[in-house]
Amino acid sequence: MTARNLPRFGGFSAGMIGLELRRMLRNRRTVVFTLVMPAVFFLLFGTGSGARAERVGGGNVTGYILVSMAVYGAMLATTSGGAMVSIERAAGWSRQLRLTPLRPAAYVAVKLVLAMVIGAVSVVVAFAVGAVSGAQLPARAWVLCGLLAWVCALVFAAFGLFMGYLLPSENVMQILGPALAVLSFAGGLFVPVDQLGHTFAAIARFTPVYGVGEIARYPLTGDGNLPVAVLNVVAWTALFAAGAMWRFRRDTARV
Amino acid sequence: MARCGGRRCAEHGGMTVVARPEAVTRGSGRLAVELDGVVKRFGAVTAVDGIDLRIRPGEVVALLGPNGAGKTSTVDMLLGLSSPSAGTARVYGRPPREAVALGLVSAVMQTGGLLKDYTVEETVRLTAVLFGRDRAEVGRVLERAGIADIGSRLVGKCSGGQQQRLRFAMALLPDPELLILDEPTTGMDVGGRRDFWTSIREDARSGRTVIFATHYLEEADAYADRVVLMRRGRVVADGTAAQVKALASGRTLRATLPGASEAALLALPGVDSVEVRGDSVLVRARDTDEVARQLLTRTAARDLEITSRNLEDAFLTLTADETRGSAR
Repeated sequence: MTARNLPRFGGFSAGMIGLELRRMLRNRRTVVFTLVMPAVFFLLFGTGSGARAERVGGGNVTGYILVSMAVYGAMLATTSGGAMVSIERAAGWSRQLRLTPLRPAAYVAVKLVLAMVIGAVSVVVAFAVGAVSGAQLPARAWVLCGLLAWVCALVFAAFGLFMGYLLPSENVMQILGPALAVLSFAGGLFVPVDQLGHTFAAIARFTPVYGVGEIARYPLTGDGNLPVAVLNVVAWTALFAAGAMWRFRRDTARV
Repeated sequence: MARCGGRRCAEHGGMTVVARPEAVTRGSGRLAVELDGVVKRFGAVTAVDGIDLRIRPGEVVALLGPNGAGKTSTVDMLLGLSSPSAGTARVYGRPPREAVALGLVSAVMQTGGLLKDYTVEETVRLTAVLFGRDRAEVGRVLERAGIADIGSRLVGKCSGGQQQRLRFAMALLPDPELLILDEPTTGMDVGGRRDFWTSIREDARSGRTVIFATHYLEEADAYADRVVLMRRGRVVADGTAAQVKALASGRTLRATLPGASEAALLALPGVDSVEVRGDSVLVRARDTDEVARQLLTRTAARDLEITSRNLEDAFLTLTADETRGSAR
């Protein structure tokens, strides 16, 4: 018999991430949702001649909308990455994995990495489409807006995980997709907050999409309430992460 | 069955059909499975009600019982998927969770546990990655499980039997010392079932310990060296299939014996009941060999016929919900 050793890092490995990534990209619905849809939204709503002509900060409105759509895409991508756990729990896969050396924490880490990888691809795809469709941003903003959209989408990776553990449904994204659209409206991602009216604008600051959008667009606009936005992102990330942790603990105790 | 005859079946002696691990402990002397007073409760329901079980390396054991007997709960505890409410479970001397992580024990579960959008090969490859085995192992276990030809097929497009073979391939990957199968052939057709068991038997020849939970009596009868019969969370019989059958119902001896005395027959050792019908006598006994010996040497009895009940009768007798059973 071969020598028996436990894997390093509780089973967290590049090999697993590679296989999982391949599987995720095989799912046509995920690809459409996270890579195609945000780009299409951008082309539909962001590339009119008015938007191209109107200036914002050092770029144009098309660029502004592009950043918002990149945030939206990153959000969808990280949420569905995190929400994969719900499908896997429903299929009994999580139970199967407990018959391997993979530690539950390593499993969650793999899901987070996947969510962030898909999120990065989504931002890159949106920016590539934007670059050839009339979006104008200062060079510094191309890089910073993209990076911030991606990094801040971590809040939705935590959200996806939380929901994935909360909802044992096989098509959890059918619930979360519309929910994210509503949150995006409420958080000023589709329509700027100041156009929502006074009450809505006040409420918007407390919704989880608001902070990500404000921060991601900041390198372009240079205005907006940055401290409130940062607080918003930190608070929601903490909340979703705590929720995911709580459900995760229950889940590993039960199975 | 070849493997039953030589190796172990002979060692269970007498009528108290209880496994005696100390009698034949092979190799290192380490038991494959050791359950000590294991209890599993789910709220008010007691699924497993104090089980002591010792399984030696190399045994092929059937965990037989009706639905709700506690088989799956027992298997879950052996795999570290749940922990006992009381008592201890050890697998190769280790806590089950540790034995699982080291690949000492693996399992083929009843249903689920597969992702539709992985291919067969990827599923096994992921298992290999997790156990830190190299890629060559993947091909080897696909071959062993008989699914090397469908490696690139998506799991969602595989038949139930193919999916079960895939679970088998995954279970083989860490080259476990102990393989646990929980109702492995549920939902398979007759042909699929036979093929599956052929693979398992081929595999068990290497000396792997195998425990399978089943409610198919014929599977327990045909493939196990030892049958552990469970009912309401307890072990009600434990021995070879033949012993379990005998334990439940004994055998029936029929003979022609003119002028037989019922009282005299009842006085023979091990006799449970006697029926005299004209010249025929019908003796139910736990030890029909002894009755036959007595009849043939001391009386004019002739035309002896000894029939054994099948395992199904034993199963029904031992697992029936009668008052006798629950009071220990």
